[in-house]
This record gives sequence, C-alpha cells and structure tokens, in this order.
Amino acid sequence: MSQSLSQTVSNTIKDSLHQLRSFHGGIKLKGKKSLSVQHPITSSEIPKEIVLPLSQHIGVPAEPVVKVGDKVLKGQLLGHAEGPVSAPVHASSSGTVTAIEERLVPHPSGLSALCVIIETDGYDQWQACTPLIGDHDHSHQSIETLGIEQITQQIANAGIVGLGGALYPSAAKLQTAEKMKTGTLIINAAECEPYITCDDALMRSRPEEIILGILLIKKVVGAKKCLIGIEDNKPEAYETLQKTIRGYERTLSSHSEAIIEVIQVPTIYPAGGEKQLIQMLTGKEVPTQGLPMDIGMICHNITTAAAVYQAVYRGEPLVSRIVTVTGGAVKEPQNMEVALGTTIRDVLNQAGLYEDKIDKIIMGGPMMGFALPAIDTPVTKATNCLLVSEPGELATPPPAMPCIRCGRCADSCPMSLLPQQMYWYAKARDLEKAQDYNIFDCIECGCCSYVCPSNIPLVQYFRYAKTEIWDDERERNKANIARERHEFRQERLEKARLAKAEAARLRKEKLAKKKAEDKKKAEQNAASGETKTPPSQSDLIKEAIARSKAKKAQQQTHRKNTENLTEAQQKQINSVNQRRRERNKLSQTESNDGDEQD
Amino acid sequence: MFGGILALIALAAFFGLILGLAAIVFKVESSPIVEQIDALLPQTQCGQCSFAGCRPYAEAIAAGDAPINLCPPGGENTVQALADLLDVEVLPLEEEENADLGPMVAIIIEDTCIGCTLCIQACPVDAILGAAKQMHTVIESECTGCELCVAPCPVDCIEMVPVKQTLKSWRWPVPQYTVNNEAAASIFATVDQALAENTRP
Repeated sequence: MSQSLSQTVSNTIKDSLHQLRSFHGGIKLKGKKSLSVQHPITSSEIPKEIVLPLSQHIGVPAEPVVKVGDKVLKGQLLGHAEGPVSAPVHASSSGTVTAIEERLVPHPSGLSALCVIIETDGYDQWQACTPLIGDHDHSHQSIETLGIEQITQQIANAGIVGLGGALYPSAAKLQTAEKMKTGTLIINAAECEPYITCDDALMRSRPEEIILGILLIKKVVGAKKCLIGIEDNKPEAYETLQKTIRGYERTLSSHSEAIIEVIQVPTIYPAGGEKQLIQMLTGKEVPTQGLPMDIGMICHNITTAAAVYQAVYRGEPLVSRIVTVTGGAVKEPQNMEVALGTTIRDVLNQAGLYEDKIDKIIMGGPMMGFALPAIDTPVTKATNCLLVSEPGELATPPPAMPCIRCGRCADSCPMSLLPQQMYWYAKARDLEKAQDYNIFDCIECGCCSYVCPSNIPLVQYFRYAKTEIWDDERERNKANIARERHEFRQERLEKARLAKAEAARLRKEKLAKKKAEDKKKAEQNAASGETKTPPSQSDLIKEAIARSKAKKAQQQTHRKNTENLTEAQQKQINSVNQRRRERNKLSQTESNDGDEQD
Repeated sequence: MFGGILALIALAAFFGLILGLAAIVFKVESSPIVEQIDALLPQTQCGQCSFAGCRPYAEAIAAGDAPINLCPPGGENTVQALADLLDVEVLPLEEEENADLGPMVAIIIEDTCIGCTLCIQACPVDAILGAAKQMHTVIESECTGCELCVAPCPVDCIEMVPVKQTLKSWRWPVPQYTVNNEAAASIFATVDQALAENTRP
C-alpha cells in the first residue's frame, strides 16, 4: 500500500516536472466547448435507411461482398478490404440491402461514391461476435497472453481507421510501427479545435475502455513508453484518466514504472496536430515530409484506442462513433453516439434545429472543417463534429486585400513554413516553387488565414496547390504509361513489318531457286539429247481448261433433281419462272428498287 | 629559359592527358533535348500537332522546325513548361473549338460495334481490345483521349465522353480571391487626405 502511495506521489511529481516544450506559432482560440459537453453521451435513433460508403478511409475502397436483397445483421461485413492499405466496411444495423449504388458522400467536392444502402428492420440485431478477451476480464495477464498478429488481425477485421481525422487504416499503421521498433506511443487526446468535445465526452464516460485499448496498441507496437497528451481545458477528463490508470496500476504485481503517463499540454491551437503534440511532449521534431515513425514514435487518437477495445474485448467492428452536434442553431447541443450511415439530416433533426437561425452546416470544426454541400449525406468514420452556426457566429471573411508582407502568417505557422511565399507561388501556379517551400508539410490548420490582416484565403490556396500537384503527378504517370505503350506498339508494328519483308524475301528466294532448278533440268535434258521440250504456254492453258471442264461435268452429274425431268415438270417450272419474271418487272416499276426482287 | 618552356610544355601535356582521360572515363550522359521535350508532352499521340505522335513533334521542336504551341491536349501548362525548358517566349496556344471540355475518353457503343478492328489499328496506345467480328471495348484507364479511333469507325459507334471525376481525382478550385479594390482605394484616399492636411501651410 505504502509502495503504491509512493508510486502515485512520484508519478505526480514526474507529471509536474515533465518538461513541456512548445511548438512554433499556433494561436489562441475561444474554446466554445461548454456548449456540447454538459450532457452525457446520447444515442441516435436507428434510421429507416442506412447509407454506408465503401470508402471511409485513406486507400483503396472496400470491395462489396453483399448483393441487393441480402439480409444483413449488425456488424456483418459489407465490403472487404482491398489490398494492404484499405479497411472493411460493416453493417451498422440489421436489415436488408436495397441497393449498391453511387450516393452523395460528405466531401467538399459534393461528388458521389459507391455506397451500400440498407433498409433497417428496427431490431438492431448483432451478428455473433468473436472477442479475443471476455468483456469483463480486465486483467493485465489476458492482454499479455494475446499474440501481436492476433490483435492486429482483429483490428484490421474491425475496419478501424485513424479516428482523429487522418482515416488511415490502423492495422496497416500498427504493422509498420511494429517493424520499425517504435519506442514511444503517443496518444492524442488534445482535441484542439473549438466546439468539438467528442473525445472529451468519451474520456469522461469510458476511461476503462480507452486505457485497455491503449495497452493493446502498446503491446502491438512494443512501445516502452506511452504518453497521453491532453489539453488543459479538459480537467475532468484528465482527472478521470489519471484515476483510472492509478486504479489499473494497483492491480499489477510489479510497480516498477508508470504504464501510461497522462500529460496536460497548454491549450494552443493546433496542439492536437500529431507533429505539434509530439514536439510538445517529447521535444523532438518530426522531419520534413516524414512520419513520427522516423523518430521512433507512433501517434494514435484516443477514439481509435476505444475502438480497439471494442474490437478485442467485444468483437464488435467499428459501426458507430461519437459525433458532437453543436453550434448556435442547434437546440440541444450534445455528443451523440451515431450509427455510421445515418444521414446528417436525421442526426440534426434529433438534436433539434432553430430553422430560422441556420447559417452554415459544417462537418468538422470551424478551423479545418468544410461546409457540407448536401445535408442528406451519411455520417462516416470521419464525422467527428456537425456544427450548425447561427448568423454572425462564424465570421465570414470580408473580401481579401493585397498581401502587405507583414509576416504574421509565418509567425503563426505551427510547421514553421512561409505561407506568404507559398501563397505567391500557389497563386501563380508555380507549383514546383511551392514544393520547394515545403507545401506538403502544411497541415492545413488554417492559422495563417485566421491571422491574416488582409483576409487572404491562404489555406485554400495551399489545398488548391496540393491537389493541383497531385493531379500533375497523375497526368505525368499517365503520360509515361502512354509513352511506353506507344513505343511498344511502334516496336511491335516494326517487328511485324520486318517479319513480313523477311517472309516475302524467303518466298522470292524459293521461287528463284525453283526456277533455277527447272532451268538446270531443262539444260540437262537438252544436254542429254532428249527432244522433249517443256510444254508451251498455250498448251498449259488448254490443259487447264480441259481440267476445269472435266470437273464441271463431274459436278453436273450430281445435280440429279434438275435433270431428266418429265415434260409436265418442265412445263410447271417454266410457268413458275414466267410468273416470277412478271412480278419482278412489276415491283421494279413500282418501287424502282432492284434489291426487292426475290 | 629553355628549361622553363620545356617544363611548362610537359605540365600542359600532363594535365591535358588527365583531362582528356577524365572526359572519357567520367562522361556524363545528359539526356538529349528530344527526350526532355518528349517528357513534357502529354503523350496522347493524337497528332493534333500535325506530327505522327508526340516524339516526332518533340524531334521537330528540337530541330527548330515547329513552334511550341501546337499541342492542345497539353494546354497552357505544356507551352509554359516547354518555354521554360527551351528558354523561348511563351506563345498563345492554337485553340481548338472544344479545347475546354477537359480530359476525354473514348467509349464504344457495344450494341452497334460490328467488330471491324479498324479502331484497334488506329489506336496509338493499344487501348482497344477486340478481334475480327468480335465486339471491341476501350480500356478506359489506358485511353489518352486522342480521338484517332473515332474517324475510322464505319458505324460511328465510338463516342468521346468526359473522364468521370472521382473523389481521388477531384481538385480544390482556385480560391475566390476578390481583392477589395474599393476598400483599398478608400484607405488610400484617407491616407492621401491626411497627408494633404499635414502638408497644409
């Protein structure tokens, strides 16, 4: 007991002593988080129709495995993962598959993508789940006995993707991390964007699940250290996590080291950026265009950890997520557990809207989210927040003024980039130059646009430039393939031409040889004194005619049915022919069309 | 004096030898200009430049026989890139009337196809599959949209359609950058006024 107490004390001291570094730039924003965090998590109703996009992750879309008319249960596989970087999609309620078709998806483009549509039966019946550990067995031993491969497979099968917003298939990330011998596991619980509280609510209500999920991830990547980074505007969640970890540690036999450290970080946007959080917690900087794995770290979101728990302890795939529904135009701002595929309209209706106050409907936060092009789109694995603002709540930027080179954007950039330079090049479509200024390190946090006194839509320019660069890359690849195919075709045609010429040459040679032989024979014959001359041309023709005549005669003997006719038969035939001729003449004069003769 | 001249000649010969050998041993294979031009062309092999494909056009540009603005599929970007590469002035693109339809791809209306193989012979990148008296089809991912297969078809069963946009190929639009000139003008007017007031005697 005294040991555990001293442990707790030492941990507390360690926490307070944990040297926090700060990252470059960043901005202070009004949190506006109290709106939605007052109430416990509610559950959304089962909608009549569920629309599940087959691509809710980065990578190759899932391949559908169900047919129209199939009855599916909740948690049943709808589409399996295609390739290593892909994730499966599962039914989020029981019902019947009514269509597999293109539907609008929540994306700034307003484009459609392939979706599986399920008409729910209202029973919400789970399929038989196969957990790896019993739901109530929270002992450390049971985690230790699991194989790494086993856990990764379970995570892959559950369709878990990075729920912090990256949507990268978690199993693929874990496998790479395992190979690279990652030393530190960072759990991102910062949730730095204003308005969003879904992670906060999750930490308060399900801390046990989160901690067990983290331990599972830690086991898979073989990390020695695990740090949870949480912003200091969430003291309750921090306390809850701390308490849960201490409680868990008490059940362990050895108290050598803290299993998980929870560290509060200052509330500066974007502290929840992966690279920024790592820098704050460890002081190490992720290299340009690199990944945390390059410096021996891996970062997962806290919601992902909870999903891992559900997959391993309950055998449940990822079929629902917590969505913050908030904003000035929402009657009851709240965190709602929503079945994936429920339309955003249904979710908003459930939270209630002041219809006359609706200004913008945004998916994600006010900084990095986007205005939804359509409201009848489904909630996907990416939907962390639905923000319905009232007029005046989110400032519409006034028209942009020219850049005055004040450099505030560079001061605020958390990636230490030079936004004003990248802006000039993006605007001039000098994409190579923009890349020289490391545009691909831009995390699109929007700090630069926020601080710009000229209201220049900087981050929009960077997004535009990035997609343009990708598009150019695709075009180039396509051109290279086209060139290869064209060259191959030219080569093939050339080969065919040469082969033809070669064949012609051989034929000619053969002919020449034969002629020479004939000539030789003739000469020999002449030399041997025989008077037999080669047959002349006219003789040959006569012979051929005779042959063909003989052949004709032979053929004619076969036409038995038109020969040796009686006189009556002959007469009949003649009359038929006569009639035919007359009719042909008639039709010819009528339609003047020779083709109609029969 | 004679010794000095001899020494200098010996040195010159020695270094000349070294340089000569180095030029042979460490010869840098620079990619010929034709390759570089060809790499910038879109490789549709459409012949809209009046040459029989992208490479012949590249050769013609390199020889100085053709201007750089004959490639409608490449668009302004290709002209710009070529101008940068060759250090010549950017020429306006010779516009086609349907140039702004975006990338196109050929599709064969399969009910109408009689299997004549004429389009297969016309396709510069072997993107059409089929055999005599069998229905043909276009491999969409390989089609460059050159339209060379459209004319030979005796039954007009080949159509050019725009390439379908997907979530992956979608691009952010150019931001709506509307410089507020009126606001700027009013600021300048205020500044001017203030200056005028200050300089009043």
